Amino acid sequence: MYSQGLNDKNLETAETPEFLAAFQARIDADEKIEPNDPMPEAYRKTLIRQIGQHAHSEIVGMLPEANWITRAPTLRRKTALLAKVQDEGGHGLYLYSAAETLGVSREQMTEELLSGKAKYSSIFNYPTVSWADMGAIGWLVDGAAIMNQVPLCRCSYGPYARAMIRVCKEESFHQRQGYELMISLCMGAPAQKDMAQDALNRWWWPSLMMFGPPDGDSLHSDQSAAWKIKRFTNDELRQKFIDATVKQAEHLGLTVPDPDLVWNEAKNNGNGGYDFGEIDWNDFWKVVKGHGPMNKDRIAARTRAWEEGAWVREAALAYAEKQKHHTAQQAQG
Amino acid sequence: MANEALVTQLIRLADDHLILGHRLSEWCGHAPMLEEDLAMPNIALDLLGQARALYTYAGAVENKGRDEDAIAYNRIEREYTNLLLCERANGDFAHTMLRQLFFSLFMHNFWQAALSSSDETVAAIAGKAVKESDYHVRHTAQWVIRLGDGTEESAERTAQALRQLTPYLKELFEADDIALLCTDEKWLPNPAVLEAAWKDEVTQIFNQAKLLLPDYELGQSGGRQGRHTESMGYLLTELQFMQRSYPNMQW
Amino acid sequence: MNTTAQTPLWEVFIRPRNGLAHRHCGSLHAADATLALQAARDVYTRREEGNSIWVIPSSQIVASDPQDKEALFDPAGDKIYRHPTFYDIPDDVGHM
Repeated sequence: MYSQGLNDKNLETAETPEFLAAFQARIDADEKIEPNDPMPEAYRKTLIRQIGQHAHSEIVGMLPEANWITRAPTLRRKTALLAKVQDEGGHGLYLYSAAETLGVSREQMTEELLSGKAKYSSIFNYPTVSWADMGAIGWLVDGAAIMNQVPLCRCSYGPYARAMIRVCKEESFHQRQGYELMISLCMGAPAQKDMAQDALNRWWWPSLMMFGPPDGDSLHSDQSAAWKIKRFTNDELRQKFIDATVKQAEHLGLTVPDPDLVWNEAKNNGNGGYDFGEIDWNDFWKVVKGHGPMNKDRIAARTRAWEEGAWVREAALAYAEKQKHHTAQQAQG
Repeated sequence: MANEALVTQLIRLADDHLILGHRLSEWCGHAPMLEEDLAMPNIALDLLGQARALYTYAGAVENKGRDEDAIAYNRIEREYTNLLLCERANGDFAHTMLRQLFFSLFMHNFWQAALSSSDETVAAIAGKAVKESDYHVRHTAQWVIRLGDGTEESAERTAQALRQLTPYLKELFEADDIALLCTDEKWLPNPAVLEAAWKDEVTQIFNQAKLLLPDYELGQSGGRQGRHTESMGYLLTELQFMQRSYPNMQW
Repeated sequence: MNTTAQTPLWEVFIRPRNGLAHRHCGSLHAADATLALQAARDVYTRREEGNSIWVIPSSQIVASDPQDKEALFDPAGDKIYRHPTFYDIPDDVGHM
């Protein structure tokens, strides 16, 4: 979102204790950090990793939903789904742009995604096998994403925060269209309601995993919190999501697939909240490490798009080069 | 009788837009660059919007209680009457852009003529669609020029796409009795009279793209009568997947 | 893996409506100015965000260095005589 030219500068900063303390003081005073400000290398790297992952998630996240655009059962639903998947492409674009202000190119990030070096949200490694999955993804996956993303609008890094404000604004229709889709199924024929319940059964636990491992096991949490890149812990956000979503499931007349789910008055400092069953973290790590049902297919699809698009990108550059040459010749003549 | 002709003609137009929008939406998530992953759905959304307006109006004129979805989804292949051009598989990016350029250039002229339709609803649909198709022409023309005059590979792919699409151009300008009846009533423009302007505009763009518009007189025909190419059945299998698996439900 | 050349980066400025200035809203990649304008339209004005677009190659922007912040901007901090409140005018003179 800022000049690429700026990124060519020597980015190294001598990280003396005074420098690090002064940087932390700026963060503590709620100052925003902007692209060319001196920053610790670890701060830059953390942001590149996190924003890159976020951007990749948007791009890979287009695939499971795009899978249903041509099969959407009404023209109204088809239009909404297409616009939503398009938005996700836009969000990926805003986020890549934010990451580029830190001195990494989109091409570099893309290659890291395709080589498996960079990660993306593991939720997109599950297949979309029924139309109800379009509802469940909008309702649960976008719902969880919004919980994660709203605090990022106040993140200490300016370009990331600004991109997230735009993302959150656009995303507000995504969850609503998903929930509305679920309502139509739950008010429909038994086969439709079964389809909705089946989708909830398959997407519930993976949605809870979207908030990341439990706080004790999370690799990056403490430092990210100190830098105000992350404002709430994984477990806090997960609890908030469950408390908000269970009621919505009840309204649909669907059963959350967790026999241990029970209201606990004492939770959340006496405000009440749900106790819930154990999350299968082995499954989570299996998917993160590349062994989910769709990992290989997702990367293959992105690789194909990137490689088969190469000649198009090259043609556009070649044409621009010819035009420049042509203009220069005309100026001389 | 005259009303029946209008319904038929509106559904033909709507089918063009639905089927081409369907094809274009297949690109979503797979474009050569992220920017194009936003551009192509924009065009597809415009086409779908036009299809919906046309189906809805066809249903209203027909007055048998069919809404946009009933017409769009609940027919057998022989009852879809889109141009064959619109159902052709996407092929590569050059093929997709060139197909869209041919169609959008035609539609832009069509909508412009339809602005003065004696039918208020048609004129209103045209008022919106003429601006949308104007942009579709701009976007696809820029790409066809760049691909035609880009690299050796892109020029070859564009020339190949042109060879593949040529048989489907003549059908754009077909005007049977039904079309002519709608023209006589000043409801819809006559496709045949739009050909000269279309040819001029294609030629201008092709001059920049270093392409030559071949003779296309010996083209394929049949779409307007519901005689399709082999790929149409597969397209409908996807489009109607839910209706076939779960008949008569609300979504 | 393709090691294609990088498609240039552009900064996008949108004017929300007449009477307002163009405002920076993001960036994108495009091979040339025409494609950049179209991409800006497709990416950044999907929700009626504006009626005019500027695109500028990012490499053409000349920016001040944050390291120079003190020299460039701090000196303005104590020039209070540039502000109207520095000057005392009796209340009965009225608004000035």
